Parts: sequence; C-alpha cells; structure tokens
Amino acid sequence: MRKKILELLENNGKLNAKEIAIMLALPVDQVAREIAAMEQEKIILRYHTLINWEKAGAEEVAALIDVKVTPQRDVGFDEIAGRIYRYPEVKSVFLMSGSYDLSVLVQGKSLKEVATFVSQKLATLEHVQSTVTHFILKRYKQDGVIFEDQEADRRQVLQL
Amino acid sequence: MTITCGFEAQRFINPVVKSLPPSGIRRFFDLVASTRGVISLGVGEPDFVTPWHIREACVQSLERGYTMYTSNYGIPELRQAIACYLEDRFGLSYDPQRQIMVTIGASEAVDLALRTVINPGDEVLIPEPCYVSYKPITLIAGGVPVTVPTTMEDEFALTAARLEKYITPRSKILILCFPNNPTGAVLTDSEMEAIAALVKKYNLLVISDEIYAELRYDGPPRSFAALPGMQERTILVSGFSKAFAMTGWRVGYVAAHPDFLAAMVKIHQYTILCAPVMGQVAALEALRHGRPDVDRMVAEYDQRRRLVVSRLREMGLECFEPRGAFYVFPSIKATGLTSNEFAEALLKEEKVAVVPGPAFGSSGEGYIRCSYATSLAELTEAMKRMERFVARHLAFKGRAVAHAY
Repeated sequence: MRKKILELLENNGKLNAKEIAIMLALPVDQVAREIAAMEQEKIILRYHTLINWEKAGAEEVAALIDVKVTPQRDVGFDEIAGRIYRYPEVKSVFLMSGSYDLSVLVQGKSLKEVATFVSQKLATLEHVQSTVTHFILKRYKQDGVIFEDQEADRRQVLQL
Repeated sequence: MTITCGFEAQRFINPVVKSLPPSGIRRFFDLVASTRGVISLGVGEPDFVTPWHIREACVQSLERGYTMYTSNYGIPELRQAIACYLEDRFGLSYDPQRQIMVTIGASEAVDLALRTVINPGDEVLIPEPCYVSYKPITLIAGGVPVTVPTTMEDEFALTAARLEKYITPRSKILILCFPNNPTGAVLTDSEMEAIAALVKKYNLLVISDEIYAELRYDGPPRSFAALPGMQERTILVSGFSKAFAMTGWRVGYVAAHPDFLAAMVKIHQYTILCAPVMGQVAALEALRHGRPDVDRMVAEYDQRRRLVVSRLREMGLECFEPRGAFYVFPSIKATGLTSNEFAEALLKEEKVAVVPGPAFGSSGEGYIRCSYATSLAELTEAMKRMERFVARHLAFKGRAVAHAY
C-alpha cells in the first residue's frame, strides 16, 4: 500500500489523503496515518515542485562535477562525501562506479560563481584528488518529465 | 466551384444516406471548439500517447522500407499474434489463416460484419445507449435497427428479459458492445450466459464489439465468444485503439467462423485492400511487448474512475459505478435540466465539455457522458468546476420548487 501511495504522491504532491484513499480504494484514516508515518520516518522527505527555471526566466547555472577522492580507512567515501554535501551550493551528491568516485551537482548564479566554488572550495578539500567540471547547457528531461514536450492536448475536443 | 444552373446534387444522393441523421452533437462540437480554456471530458480516446516502443517499431519499419500493400487479411505475423492473444487472454482458439483479418480499426470490422450478414429487412438488435455507428451502418446495409434500451436500474447492462421483449421472427443479429461506450457498463458472466441462451433459442448471430475489453476494473477481460456454443455464432470485433492508446493508427481486427471471414474479406479486398502496413507493424509490437503499458494505463484509469465517481456523487449527481471503458454516465435529472441544456450551460458557465447522453440514443436522455481519459490535474479541476455548477443549479431548482408551492 505504501508503494502505491508514494507513486501517486511522487507524480502529484498536491493530492490529499482523501483523494488518494478514493483512488486506491482504501480507508481515508489509514491513508492519512501511513502518509504521516512515512513523513515521520523520512521516507517522504519533501513535497517537491519540478520547475522549468529557464522558462521562468531565471539565470541559474548548474554543473555536474566528477570528483576523484582518496577513500579513508574505516569510513570509506562517506566522510569526504559529507564534507562536500554540506555546502549549500551542492544540490546533490552520488557515489559512482567507474572512472571517478563522486558525482556532484553544483548550482550557482553565474558561471564564475560555480567555477570559483569548484576551484576554491571543492578542489582544495583534503582527499580530493581531481575534479572535472561539466556545465549543464540544456535540460531536455528531468525526473521523467520532458521539458519541451508540455504541449497542448492534440485530440479533437469532442469524440464520440 | 462554379455551379451550373439546374444541377441538383441532392437528386443524386442515395435516399438512405440522405435520411441518415447528421451527428447529433455537431452544433455542440462547434460551440466547444470555439470556446477558449475548455477542459474537455468529451473525448472518447485515451489521453496517453502511443507508448514509445510501439512508435519506434513503426519508425524502424519505415526506415527498412515497409511501405507496400500487405495480404488482404493482414500480415501473417500479426494475425498469428492476434490468435495467440485471443487464446491467452480469453481462451479462444482461432485459425490465424482462415479466421482472423486485420481491418481499419474496429469500425471497419463492424461495417464489414453488418454488410456481410444483413439481408434487406433483417432486424438488428442494438442495446442503447451505445456507440453512434451501429444504427447508421445497419440502415446503409438495408437492415432494420431495433434499439433495446438499457437502464440505470440495471446498471446499463443488457438483461435477457428485456432483450427477449424485442426479439421478433425477423430478428437476425444482436450487437453487443460491453464494456460499453458511453455508459462504462459491463456484462457479468451470468448476464452473458442468459443472453447466450436467447441467442441459441432464437438462432441469432452476435456481432460483439470488444474494443474496450481490456479496460475492465472488476476482474479479467471476458469475451462473449468464449461462452459455450457462442464462438461460431459470434463475429468478434476488436482492435488496438483503446487498450494500447493507438486510436490514430486505425488498426483493428475481426475473428469469426471461416465462412463469415471468407465473405467479409471479399468486401474488404474490394473496398479497402488492406490495413496500412505501418499500423500493422506497430500493432504487432504492441501485442508482443505492450502488456506492461496496458496494465499501467488500466491501473491509472481505474484510479481516476474511482475519483470521478466519488466526486460526482458528492456533488449530488446519481452515478452508477462503471466497471469498464473510461466513461462515467451520471444522471443529471436532479438539476431539472435536460442533457443538452446541462451540457451547454456547463460549457458556458464553467468551461467544461461533456457529451449529452442523447447523442448515444434517446435512452441517454437525463444523462451525460464524462470521459476520464484526461490527466488527473485536469480531471480534478473539471470536477471542481462541475461541483460549483451543480450546486448552483440544484439551489436554483430548490428555489423554483419552493416557489411553486
């Protein structure tokens, strides 16, 4: 049941417990309880809105940075990852398999701001061996949503 | 065009065609099309786009040069896949060589079936409300449509008792379309068995339009042809439009007794030749790999269905729970308006489009068809607007009644 509730909420955070209960044919109070419990347990972390910032006219710059680090005894990558993800400029951090270790998404107001953050903060951290910065030029699809595809319904207005 | 004086085009038009009523909602359609900001619950097709892997299969086939005619019956692999599908899903065994033909949507299959079996004067039993094409096609083929009304009291199912009242010595064909457009009604196994008994008793032939078979929310899909003794008496019509969100591809099929099929293919080969190869290739991909897509879409329709039924009831409209297709068919009698008045006023006041029930036959008066093949966000907004509208009109009616006393 939790999975079904989560699937609905993931696609539409505006649904309330009553609507979800009706859609899943479950008792309302049970759904409300489960949602509250999942919020408590930090399964539901936040109700998020996916925004096309470019369309909103905001000048945001983002970069994906491949970071190579030296893992430390006992704590592996977690320690250094923690050092990185605490910076508010950092939007997400993933541990990767392959030719580098951490993938870091950094967001800033300008190219310069992001570049400065990388060269002065990220690259100078102890245990960071190297960084490769890839600026994001265009977002085509994010979280399963195609940005350019939000066109009007192409169907006839009435069809018997 | 310059019209030569004295030329009367009307004189050349077949009187049967001339007397066919034009679509009952033409004027309303224009009204909807010319209003801005409308949320339409009047669309009888999925809001999903055809799944990408199906579209891609078509693109690839075009790249490889699949642009020619196919066999009149359709490409053999597709007929084979349809036979397998009918076997797996309904337990029906058909010979893909002699019993299955691919058509231009289920619509062509209905036309072929009726033209193949109707003798002038034969009566065709048509449960109503129903999809708009059965009656005109029957008339064009020289048949006599006999409409059998279904009611909300029976959850818009066709009952054997009611059907029997309309059977005469000239009855020859029964058209079944369940899950039903516009009501969303389905037939239970026992209801189908009772109908099958009548079909045998009166030696009828059944044309079963099962285009919505996959969209069923009360259990696995059923085919009328799978009932004992019914396969030979049933011309089974179906297609890919609704289940796979493939309306624009125009691919359907018919499965029937070899003699019926041999007769139907004669008309098909002279009028159509074959269904377009691109659509056939896409349909093959749909049958081979599209099952998860169907399940996903059906699950989503089901969620919306519950929401819409619940909202309509909350706002004070009587609404039976539909168990198939993607329509709800609430009664609007409580508002004191006719179906057409309701639909027009709803469009003008709240910019929500629904289809007035009488578009599907006179027994649809007092009802409207709302399609929930619309995104959840739009549906919720449409329900909000309808709630306001209904509240206003119920209050108005309440005042009017109080005044009369």
